[in-house]
Amino acid sequence: MKLDSKIPEGPLETKWQNHKANIRLVNPANKRNIDVIVVGTGLAGSSAAASLAEMGYNVKAFCFQDSPRRAHSIAAQGGINAAKNYQNDGDSVYRLFYDTIKGGDYRSREANVYRLAEVSANIIDQAVAQGVPFAREYGGTLDNRSFGGVQVSRTFYAKGQTGQQLLLGAYSALSRQISKGKVKMYNRHEMLDVVLVDGKARGIIARNLVTGEIQRHGAHAVVIASGGYGNVFFLSTNAMGSNGSAAWKAHKKGALFANPCFTQIHPTCIPVSGDHQSKLTLMSESLRNDGRIWVPKDRKDAEAIRAGKLKPTDLPEEKRDYYLERRYPSFGNLVPRDVASRAAKERCDEGYGVNQTGEAVYLDFAAAIERYGKTEANVKGIDNPSAAKIKELGTAVVEAKYGNLFAMYEKIVDDNPYETPMMIYPAVHYTMGGIWVDYNLMTTVPGMFALGEANFSDHGANRLGASALMQGLADGYFVIPYTIGEYLADEIRTGAIDTNHAAFEEAEKEVRGTIDKLMNAKGDSSVDHYHKRLGNIMWNKCGMARNAQGLQEAIKEIRELREEFWQNVRIPGGANEMNPELDKAMRVADFMELGELMCKDALEREESCGGHFREEFQTEEGEALRRDEDYAFVSSWKYTGDAGNAELVKEELVFENVELKTRSYK
Amino acid sequence: MAITGLFLISFLIVHLLGNLQLLDLSVEGQEKFNAYAKFMTSFPLIKIISYVLYISILFHAIDGIVLVMQNRKARPERYKSWKPNTNSIWASRNMGLLGTIILAFIIMHMGQFWYQMHWGDIGVDSEGNKNLAAVVIKTYQDGSAGLIFVLLYVISMAAIAFHLWHGFASAFQTFGLNHKRYTPVIKKVGYGISVIIPLAYAIIPVYILMAKN
Amino acid sequence: MDLKLKIWRQANQNTKGELKDYAIKNVSADSSFLEMMDQLNEELITKGEEPVVFDHDCREGICGMCSLHINGEPHGPQNATTTCQLHMRKFKDGDTIYIEPWRSRAFPVIKDLSVDRNAFDRIIEAGGYVSVNTSGNTLDANAMPVPKADADEAFNSATCIGCGACVAACPNASAMLFVSAKVSQLSLLPQGKVEAKDRVLNMVNQMDLEGFGNCSNVGACAEECPKEISLENIARMNREYLGASLASSK
Repeated sequence: MKLDSKIPEGPLETKWQNHKANIRLVNPANKRNIDVIVVGTGLAGSSAAASLAEMGYNVKAFCFQDSPRRAHSIAAQGGINAAKNYQNDGDSVYRLFYDTIKGGDYRSREANVYRLAEVSANIIDQAVAQGVPFAREYGGTLDNRSFGGVQVSRTFYAKGQTGQQLLLGAYSALSRQISKGKVKMYNRHEMLDVVLVDGKARGIIARNLVTGEIQRHGAHAVVIASGGYGNVFFLSTNAMGSNGSAAWKAHKKGALFANPCFTQIHPTCIPVSGDHQSKLTLMSESLRNDGRIWVPKDRKDAEAIRAGKLKPTDLPEEKRDYYLERRYPSFGNLVPRDVASRAAKERCDEGYGVNQTGEAVYLDFAAAIERYGKTEANVKGIDNPSAAKIKELGTAVVEAKYGNLFAMYEKIVDDNPYETPMMIYPAVHYTMGGIWVDYNLMTTVPGMFALGEANFSDHGANRLGASALMQGLADGYFVIPYTIGEYLADEIRTGAIDTNHAAFEEAEKEVRGTIDKLMNAKGDSSVDHYHKRLGNIMWNKCGMARNAQGLQEAIKEIRELREEFWQNVRIPGGANEMNPELDKAMRVADFMELGELMCKDALEREESCGGHFREEFQTEEGEALRRDEDYAFVSSWKYTGDAGNAELVKEELVFENVELKTRSYK
Repeated sequence: MAITGLFLISFLIVHLLGNLQLLDLSVEGQEKFNAYAKFMTSFPLIKIISYVLYISILFHAIDGIVLVMQNRKARPERYKSWKPNTNSIWASRNMGLLGTIILAFIIMHMGQFWYQMHWGDIGVDSEGNKNLAAVVIKTYQDGSAGLIFVLLYVISMAAIAFHLWHGFASAFQTFGLNHKRYTPVIKKVGYGISVIIPLAYAIIPVYILMAKN
Repeated sequence: MDLKLKIWRQANQNTKGELKDYAIKNVSADSSFLEMMDQLNEELITKGEEPVVFDHDCREGICGMCSLHINGEPHGPQNATTTCQLHMRKFKDGDTIYIEPWRSRAFPVIKDLSVDRNAFDRIIEAGGYVSVNTSGNTLDANAMPVPKADADEAFNSATCIGCGACVAACPNASAMLFVSAKVSQLSLLPQGKVEAKDRVLNMVNQMDLEGFGNCSNVGACAEECPKEISLENIARMNREYLGASLASSK
């Protein structure tokens, strides 16, 4: 099998403009006869559904939550990047493109990334026009801040709730189309399979999560925008319901799955506190603008802190190790996420961790409070301010910037981060891998598209902060509305999709079979029990650092666990009613297969790049060792009936505009 | 509710100013009050306003009843555990109950005085005006019934106090007049009015009762 | 800690529900309230009983999916906190905790503690948007400066998570705080002003059709709102509604 990424000819800067100019169109009268299904209503899904409906297609949108507004994009905190150069600090489309390629450790497609950078500016314009209340300066213009891995301020934000505001913007556009009848919204519905007729995606099988009803929905194209699969680890910053099932079902129906092992571990999350924990909470990367990360220099001090005998505030400056500033002087605390995460793990593994489990480092705002306090005192004209006054003024500035995050931290940990440093530890956050798509965002199944985090995306092996929102909205608002025409132009004579076709019949039968099998297992252990065990295997052996032996063990353990799961899972209640345990079981069943593929992919990729760190491949200083000559490709996996026997198809990555360099943030 | 409510508050103030004349229980004082009562029931402009007042009371009461009924329907199944004191004050949640007490009082009060003034055979004072002052004094000094009427009066004023405690500021909120600087002032004025007016009213029958001996 | 729970169980919208008693032991004070519920469900599943259905998703206080009327208050005793962010250290060993669904005619119970809040979606569909196409060919984002105070105020209104605690807390089950937050956000920004009159009329009309109660300015909504949406929004909407009604030619 050969993958055709359909990258347009011509110089990088004009590819997208030329492609748009030459792309095939569907005339308005024909659009009215074409149905499109959109699965998921996060940034990518809502924006796509709204845009496609606005263009005239009949859209059916699905989300498992009780409202499209709840999709997990809402939880994104820090911001959204755009090459606006409002700050006049030398930003440009090229620089955003370059930063993204470099941040992704040279494992993404140049043309896609350039397009992303190109349309980024439109996203901000669009969002403002929709009434998204971004943070502004006193002059009334938009404010920006800086994020990890870059040296310009190009991140637009709405306090610590940027994802919420952007999603509500997309949701409002979607609501407008729902009110016009152009989108039919299916809340509390979950896609359980894609239906292919003559090799083309022609609809889905969905389950009504309130009644348990199994439904057939036909369409001329199916757009998967169901997000990432970070919940394969059980503990992650994803929402409880976030799942990989739609993507996995697409994969099993023929869509190639790319780079499944590229998982982003976010460095600033609240550490795990115990077995009861159901999810991990992110503290926005924006905190690294002002917070300094450290552990004690002396292992004995770390032990004393863990035992509760020493307070971090009692430890003098010279006994602290600001290890990011030490190792990476030029980027300091603002190194990319993968680098920051691994550095934290390295310190904790060496015994310098600062919470009871030994898996936490400090994120300290004392210096920022003092710095801001002094500036404020100057502004207010206070001569010789007292230390207390400086702290008071500085605290107010920090509160205005990060107040909601600090309050959230205090609620969860019961510690006041204005007084004592926050404790943080890396946690699974985002999956760069996903369904393989070409330049038009179409998967290897004709008529099936994948957007946002669900596709293998533009982030390569590591995503930069504030780029997920950018990609989701770029795909949904500005890419798919054009590129879907290229496919649908051939569908104008197809007519309505017949859901009585044998393919629908068969897909529905298969879905019912899976449900029956799960309901009838009548075993001893709950779904969560298995999910936690799977998560443990994944975290320990396919997490922040991986090695061949661990991955081989993981594959074996997952296969055994999967076997046990199908034999011994217990799902109370019935299938024809609201039954969250059944919903979870279906998702975990897919994670059990996807997890194996992730390990297989990680095992096959014998290099370290971005979020994928193979212990066998590191420099003497412990930095990631990339092997461009052998691994500058996208690993795309073809399903062959068993996740473990997936077949590797390579898409070679061609770099014509950037030179592949070892990433250095020193 | 807000328009009629604010109008009724303005009536409360005017009515109070008239009633305070009853604190002078001398013969001259009573005659002055009777003259005032005559003026209030015969001057054409005041008569027109009084009809507006009756309609306002009726509208305020009916609107209130309709709202309470609609609001009850909005929550058919009640909470088994319900701790509203953690998020709101009692008066705000019981405007219907307070309003009912006040309405009952108004009916009684109008029966006792307004009806008597218009159609009762209550005699005239030396100036030839209907002797309403004598009716008032008799009502609140007459044996044990007087004590009961004074008590009912005081209780009703308490109801009005609570009603206004919520109602005054609420009316401004309904009109959309909410401002970081002015709303706290409005609230304070409302609290002041809700204490002072009913208190001043309540003093009158209590004073009359105490003046019995 | 050990706790006694009184939880509302209701099979579906058409059956009558009731409070049922449960006992749970060894709850960590560091657990969130929903993690305590997870623990209970895990025990119920082990015992072969049906777990309690409740809505939840992000568990970081932003998606608005979690609900629960805990001990007589929406989202429980802690101010400015959603149920998912409420931690068990706010309770004491031996406490009895009442757990009920949001109760409102407009939010029918689906099962146990899960309610249908689609009424909120329909209110947004009635006008909670700016009618602009998603072409990206709009004005440059900085072409129209917005005073910082207005932008901040609009943001404060826009932080509503649509959880429905305002309705649950209101003795009248009124949705005014929710509706007014969206009306306010859009009317404070120049982009939203164009349609402000129609928006407020249509959204209020839809709110009334959904069967919510009337606002009598009790203020419980704002007190219980996990995002501290202020009553000023309701005043602003009243003002806009009054103006729009008077100006309307319909």
